[in-house]
Amino acid sequence: MRVDLDKDLVAAMATPLVLTILAAERSYGYAIMARVRELSGGEVEWTDGMLYPLLHRLERFGYVRAEWGASPQGRRRRYYEITPAGTAQLAVQRRQWDTATRTLAGLWSPAGAPAWSR
Amino acid sequence: MSEVDRRIAEWRSAVERGRAVSASDLDELEAHLRDQMTDLVAAGLDDDEAFLIAVKRLGRIDRITAEFAREHGDRLWRQLVLPGVDGVPDGSPGGRRSLATALAFAVLAAVVVQAARLVGDVPDRPAPWFWRNLGLMVLPVLAGYFAVRHRIRPRRALGLLAPIVVLGVAANLYTYPDGAGTAVLVAIHLPVALWFVVCVGYLAGDARSPLRRMDAVRFTGEWLVYYALIALGGGVLMGLTVAVLTPIAPHADEQVVAWVAFSGAAGAVVVAAWLVEVKKSVIENLAPVLAAVFTPLFAAMLLVAVAGYLVAGVGGDFDRDLVTVFDVLLLVVLGLLLYGLSARDAGRPVGTMDVVRLVAVLAAALLDALVLGSMLTRVGQLGPTANRVAALGLNVLLMVDLLVTGYLALRRWRDHPDRVQRWQMALLPAFGGWAAVVVLALPPAFA
Repeated sequence: MRVDLDKDLVAAMATPLVLTILAAERSYGYAIMARVRELSGGEVEWTDGMLYPLLHRLERFGYVRAEWGASPQGRRRRYYEITPAGTAQLAVQRRQWDTATRTLAGLWSPAGAPAWSR
Repeated sequence: MSEVDRRIAEWRSAVERGRAVSASDLDELEAHLRDQMTDLVAAGLDDDEAFLIAVKRLGRIDRITAEFAREHGDRLWRQLVLPGVDGVPDGSPGGRRSLATALAFAVLAAVVVQAARLVGDVPDRPAPWFWRNLGLMVLPVLAGYFAVRHRIRPRRALGLLAPIVVLGVAANLYTYPDGAGTAVLVAIHLPVALWFVVCVGYLAGDARSPLRRMDAVRFTGEWLVYYALIALGGGVLMGLTVAVLTPIAPHADEQVVAWVAFSGAAGAVVVAAWLVEVKKSVIENLAPVLAAVFTPLFAAMLLVAVAGYLVAGVGGDFDRDLVTVFDVLLLVVLGLLLYGLSARDAGRPVGTMDVVRLVAVLAAALLDALVLGSMLTRVGQLGPTANRVAALGLNVLLMVDLLVTGYLALRRWRDHPDRVQRWQMALLPAFGGWAAVVVLALPPAFA
């Protein structure tokens, strides 16, 4: 069954998601989008156009670096690469998400008790 | 150019219109679009289907633009300063070519005014026709600018030219004796009538729908704001120039005023119009903001005035200047009403601001009744003159306008803003028509 994620939740996920993908390798908009679809099994549906303002915001914060390159077919393409600041930011976000998911998972586990305390 | 390239180009220009997305952002979006299409075509879709799906996935254009605007708010300002530089494409309102067109027409307006100034010996011994025709020198140039800007078809352009020619000829056909009231009347009403022609040009010849007319009203308000700002800046520039030059050239002030101030004032007419178009949709419009600030103040002032005149009593002795002052006041109130309504969210219930507007309208109607009463008395006692007829016509129009507005507001309380706006737009051409009548008919009638 397809789960439609809440808009705010998708927005909150966007930054760590993009940074994680870029932490693996330098990439460009369309490929990042495709990777998001693939990872989420199509369950996180983004409007493609929204990715670019986000990438530009991350660039402004210094989390990613961008430069123009060319695709194998010679099409102009803007490649994004994570910076050390971006890596640090990703670590911070990752800890936050870990805490959030752990807390909820604990509440929702069958015994009702925090899973990690058992 | 293939069919797909053409459609992509159309899509690009639609996104460009929002002006928050720079050309390099658009390249990036287009690359995305094309990558997506390549994949979809590889999956078996044809070009057309691939384009449709890719565009759909990219998202609604207004949303993308809004999102880019949020991230790149600074661009909106920079584009105004450096059109054509920060990725703003030529040909769009903010583009370099549109600036060049605007500047060319601004120079043309300045040249026309300077030529007329030299012929009319202004400002030394000004020929009487100079001031009367000032509007005729500048406003047709502005209408021409819009004709070029909106690529108005020749037949429609002729439709703009014809009234200009008729008004221009009529304004100069009759000879005005020295100190004749009609000369002043024509000097005031000719630019007003011409402005309506300019507005038709602004609407690219399509002035029939009330919504489009409202655009022209907004344009007029924004234009006034920009023109006033430019005039302020220009005044400071002129003052400093004269102050700097006077020690080395004692008569510099006359030359500066004659050449620079006249040219600047003429050129600014076109430049202000260009600014309105460039900034449209980028920044919250100024005229409604000013209207919101001043509507309560004017409403209070009108109430005080009505109370004062009711207590003091007026009778039939309004003098001519006072009638003019009241006419201007009523027109300002009408303008405030219009701009207030133009920015009003149609779906919102009636609020405090609407009550304030209603109070202003009713007070204005009362004042107008006083003016009308006094004027009818004067016409009855002293007979009609060109001035009295012109003022009477305007006041009757204003009275009808205000009364119907007040009626609609009271009777149709729930949905009145919409109805009031439609009523105002329906009546709008009548004001232009009256100005034309004053120019065309009053001078021969009172020759």
